[in-house]
Amino acid sequence: MKYLSIDQCDAYYGKLKVLDCVSLDIEKGDVLSLIGPSGSGKSTLLRVLVGLNKPAAGRILLEGQEIDYQNKRSLKRARDRFAIVFQQYNLFQNMTALKNVTIAPVKIQRRPKKEVEDEAVALLNKVGLGEKLKSYPDELSGGQQQRVAIARALALKPEILLLDEVTSALDPELINEVLDTIRLLTQETRTMIIVSHEMSFVREVSSKVAFMDAGCILEVGEPRLIMENPGTDRAREFMTKILHH
Amino acid sequence: MWDRVAEELPRFFTYYNVVFFLKAMFTTFLLSLIGCVLGSIFGGLLAVIKITKSKVLWPLRALALVYVEFFRRIPFLVTLLLIFFFFQAFGLEVSVFTVALVSVWVIATAFIAEIVRSGLEAVPTTQWEAAAVMNFNLLQTLGTVILPQAWKVILPPAFSFFVLFIKDTALASQIGVVELTYSAKVLNNKGFSAALAFGVVLLLYYILSYPLAKFGAWMEMKLEISKHRSM
Repeated sequence: MKYLSIDQCDAYYGKLKVLDCVSLDIEKGDVLSLIGPSGSGKSTLLRVLVGLNKPAAGRILLEGQEIDYQNKRSLKRARDRFAIVFQQYNLFQNMTALKNVTIAPVKIQRRPKKEVEDEAVALLNKVGLGEKLKSYPDELSGGQQQRVAIARALALKPEILLLDEVTSALDPELINEVLDTIRLLTQETRTMIIVSHEMSFVREVSSKVAFMDAGCILEVGEPRLIMENPGTDRAREFMTKILHH
Repeated sequence: MWDRVAEELPRFFTYYNVVFFLKAMFTTFLLSLIGCVLGSIFGGLLAVIKITKSKVLWPLRALALVYVEFFRRIPFLVTLLLIFFFFQAFGLEVSVFTVALVSVWVIATAFIAEIVRSGLEAVPTTQWEAAAVMNFNLLQTLGTVILPQAWKVILPPAFSFFVLFIKDTALASQIGVVELTYSAKVLNNKGFSAALAFGVVLLLYYILSYPLAKFGAWMEMKLEISKHRSM
């Protein structure tokens, strides 16, 4: 039985088909990176997994159990196991960094406040923001906000962490601080799906890479294989452009 | 004119007239307060219904839409008369004050619903999404994430509506509710000069609306200073 299995999923934005018969299997502990040109459906695939876009066709199975995205309870159970970090961080603007990290574990997961706060402080220290506990999002730089967002996701103790282009909204100098944080996470055995345009980073941390184009997954395999010797013309063209950039 | 006013003054401020004015002022105050409070509660509710996306709720959403569009587009006076005749048509014996109360409730609800809705929609959808993926339900999302950010968009137009609304309650005089404007008319008809009767009413309206406007400004300032803090 596969750990997470995406089986022939379609998804639409209005009439536009953004995922076209996508199938993908992920093993527990995999760090899978989705690469491909903008608009190829990478982010949509993550959004579909957490139910922000509903799949129009196909099935998604988590440890053999199908997630029914139309069913509130089933979706809630799935969302308990996933956490997503967004490209634009999406921190709650009315809360401090600490509160952003603790709110869901305390209010939604109903875990003891003291315990959650201690963990949150430890997490924020881990991402290098121990000094910024009381800062509000608009008092933080993009890189700092993104690291708070990563701490917020981790505080939920997700089984599967989804990272949606977490560095693409950042200044070049801030990218590394976020990538360092993620590097740290990949050393722990946690299942992760990463959407990224940072090719050398993808190659370094991923156990698997999937190449997407026009809503389809064209290739899946080991990073070296996909990036150095792609099997499809489209992937080859993409790699050449990106690596010579 | 001033001679006449000066001459009338002692006769004007009799115990009877003062009580009459205060009662009328209380009626205006009550109409405004109940309109604003009920309007805020039901308007807030309608706004929330309007922004939900659930398929099950679409009949409610359609109803909310029709209600808000209808009552925002017809004049206050027409609504008042409609409700007045509605009660009559069904043979319901209610006081004109009750008719006026129901009217202010109906009207304020429609207007405040739009003010709250636009405030809620001013908060980026990404905030909703971040809450949704962490399993916040609708009330939790509204209470902890959306409303604390929407207040500063909702409050200024809400208070300016409240202040306008106090003046609009004067239309209740058209169906015979003795509120401030009506009380001035009565005393004017009794022979007191219009300048005096309406001058006093002008002052009383000011006394009613000034603290409200001040309170609104104070709330806005407080929000501005602690723009992050959840209320």
